[in-house]
Amino acid sequence: MSSRRSRSRQAGSNARISDDQINDLVSKLHQLLPEIRNAHSDKVSAAKVLQETCNYIRSLHTEVDDLSERLSELLATADTAQAAIIRTLLMQ
Amino acid sequence: MDLQNMNPSSLKSRFATRFLRALTKINAQKPISSSSSREIFQRYRRIKVAADKSMAYSVRSRRSWSRATLWRLRTRSPRSRLATLARRSSVKTRTTRAASHGATVVDRKSHGKENKEDGGVEAEELRELVPGGEAMDLCNLLDETAHYIKCLTTQVQVMRTIANLYSLH
Repeated sequence: MSSRRSRSRQAGSNARISDDQINDLVSKLHQLLPEIRNAHSDKVSAAKVLQETCNYIRSLHTEVDDLSERLSELLATADTAQAAIIRTLLMQ
Repeated sequence: MDLQNMNPSSLKSRFATRFLRALTKINAQKPISSSSSREIFQRYRRIKVAADKSMAYSVRSRRSWSRATLWRLRTRSPRSRLATLARRSSVKTRTTRAASHGATVVDRKSHGKENKEDGGVEAEELRELVPGGEAMDLCNLLDETAHYIKCLTTQVQVMRTIANLYSLH
């Protein structure tokens, strides 16, 4: 939906994507990043935000990998009763 | 994570349901000797694919990144010619990207044509990480990235909770 809207916006102006639009999206991204080392959290450059975003996505991918590995080992030792209990717990 | 009051139509709930179903199937395929390292590795691969697939299906085609993931998963079958072509071209781009990674940031910036338009070096890096990112303009890339991150964090949350539950004896 939003991509359709932004596409029609671009069709109107046709030339460059507005800087305001970019800044809005960049600050939206910035808010999603973990607030570890954010002394000056309001005045971060777009390039820094994109860099941090890349690092964050990579760390999330690694976490998914590690959790998949952990689950594969756990599944090896889990019994069917345990699996059924977990399923009912999470489905309620 | 609050399990009791999970909204059944929320992304978290949709993903958890799908992923658990997939885990049950994978668990059911367990052979008798289920703890050899090869078995564990194969199961790890299947679980990882199941997790990414479950999340992409929970988002369906409402997002470019999820569409790209679903397409990628569908063309993974070894018999598909598209898959071989896609794999070959991605290996080529990976090699050329790896080669240019050795170059300094200055070099890459001077080679980029519309640097301001497409967001420069960092956006290129981001395009490699977000599924389907190569085809997105900067605006869409940033928008898709925000949603992608939200979904990844949800995926990690649920997977961690399930792993913790399985760790209880």
